[in-house]
Amino acid sequence: MCLAIPGKVLEIQQDAQGVRMGRTNFGGVVKQVCLEYTPEVQCGDYVLVHVGFALSKVDEAEAERTYQALEDMKQLGELETPEFETRDTAPSGGAP
Amino acid sequence: MKFLDEYRDQALAEKIIGEIRKTVTRPWVLMEVCGGQTHSIVKYGLDYLLPKEVELVHGPGCPVCVTSLEMIDKALAIATRPDVIFCSFGDMLRVPGSDVDLLILKSRGADIRVVYSPMDCLKIARAHPDKKVVFFAIGFETTAPANAMSVWQARQQGVKNFSILVSHVLVPPSIASILQSPLNRVQGFLGPGHVCAVMGYREYEPISARFRVPIVITGFEPLDLLEGTLMTLRQLEQGRAEVENQYSRIVQREGNRVAQDLVNKVFEVCDRKWRGVGSIPKSGYKLRWEFREHDAERIFDVKEIDTKEPEACISGLVLKGVKKPHDCPAFGKHCTPEHPLGATMVSAEGACAAYYAYGRHLQPRKHETELEATR
Repeated sequence: MCLAIPGKVLEIQQDAQGVRMGRTNFGGVVKQVCLEYTPEVQCGDYVLVHVGFALSKVDEAEAERTYQALEDMKQLGELETPEFETRDTAPSGGAP
Repeated sequence: MKFLDEYRDQALAEKIIGEIRKTVTRPWVLMEVCGGQTHSIVKYGLDYLLPKEVELVHGPGCPVCVTSLEMIDKALAIATRPDVIFCSFGDMLRVPGSDVDLLILKSRGADIRVVYSPMDCLKIARAHPDKKVVFFAIGFETTAPANAMSVWQARQQGVKNFSILVSHVLVPPSIASILQSPLNRVQGFLGPGHVCAVMGYREYEPISARFRVPIVITGFEPLDLLEGTLMTLRQLEQGRAEVENQYSRIVQREGNRVAQDLVNKVFEVCDRKWRGVGSIPKSGYKLRWEFREHDAERIFDVKEIDTKEPEACISGLVLKGVKKPHDCPAFGKHCTPEHPLGATMVSAEGACAAYYAYGRHLQPRKHETELEATR
């Protein structure tokens, strides 16, 4: 029910009643979304949409930062588990 | 970035699970608040990937599930009227009332329509000035801005034949109610990311402090849920109890002020009865007096309704995190999504329906049966 998905705003205009609307692309599906609650949003921004309303602008810098932190965790993990690293590079001769 | 697929990366998920294993030293019980999170956890089998010390119980955050039987019977009574076009989100149609559901009424000829957004109802109302168009306004804080806007616009545009039947519920009072229960087992919460996109998370801070419980505002994708779990477990293991924000790409502490302003203009807080749980003080929204001409409960004088709840159903205990779906003898046998007995089976986001959809009625999880044996 609280399902909300991110979409990219392609075009902003007012509808016949003067409500601020945006044509928004959800991975290929384009729908009209009400932008009244996100006055700061501009074309090209990603917004989080629930039942036809943009509730929040996706903070791209913050998304990048979080994702990078997770990626770093992955890198760190690879250093901690050398058994996966050494398998291919172990010398072929001389082993007992 | 598209802010979706990136958060389903398997290698990263494995890495976070590794971190969780390193963090956990003893058993913990966490609750994900939102039904959407439950659905995601069961769909991706995230609970199966966690170490056996970590138990996830499923929260009350499915508004379809917790809409009271009285309210559904009121909806059915209004939808039966020949002068009404009754509009609803699709997932309310199969929710059983005392006797029938909206889908059965539709098959008998009632004009019941599924809409994507409450704003669609304004178009319907303008196209049918001779009819009364009623929208079944259920949901948590996430949906309140949309429903508030529909009423606000109806008044601005003079659409007099539009009203809403309000059954809004609020998350913080329900969390507090779970923590106050003598049956409570929950030690940390994955907070509802989309509710907080609207409301922010300031109101969770006193709850976290009062009950000494970590609350981590969490998103809905697998990596979000795993990271939220890790953050909660770190707090528990370190003896901290704070509100943290995992979902920082969407949620800010203050939330969406523009949306909150309109919600507060249109709605006011009221006591609300939750299906399976009972009445919780100050846990819902109702329309303010100024908007009474758009309030379906006032327009249609629906009499006191005698409700009948099936006796076999344990959904109230499931919603409070006390029981799991397969603790119920009816689960998957005479209670299925086709013939639901109660709240948590009716909506796809209910814990019972999610367990059923992903085959969990077929065989219980191995380490769950082991856990049972050690309890």
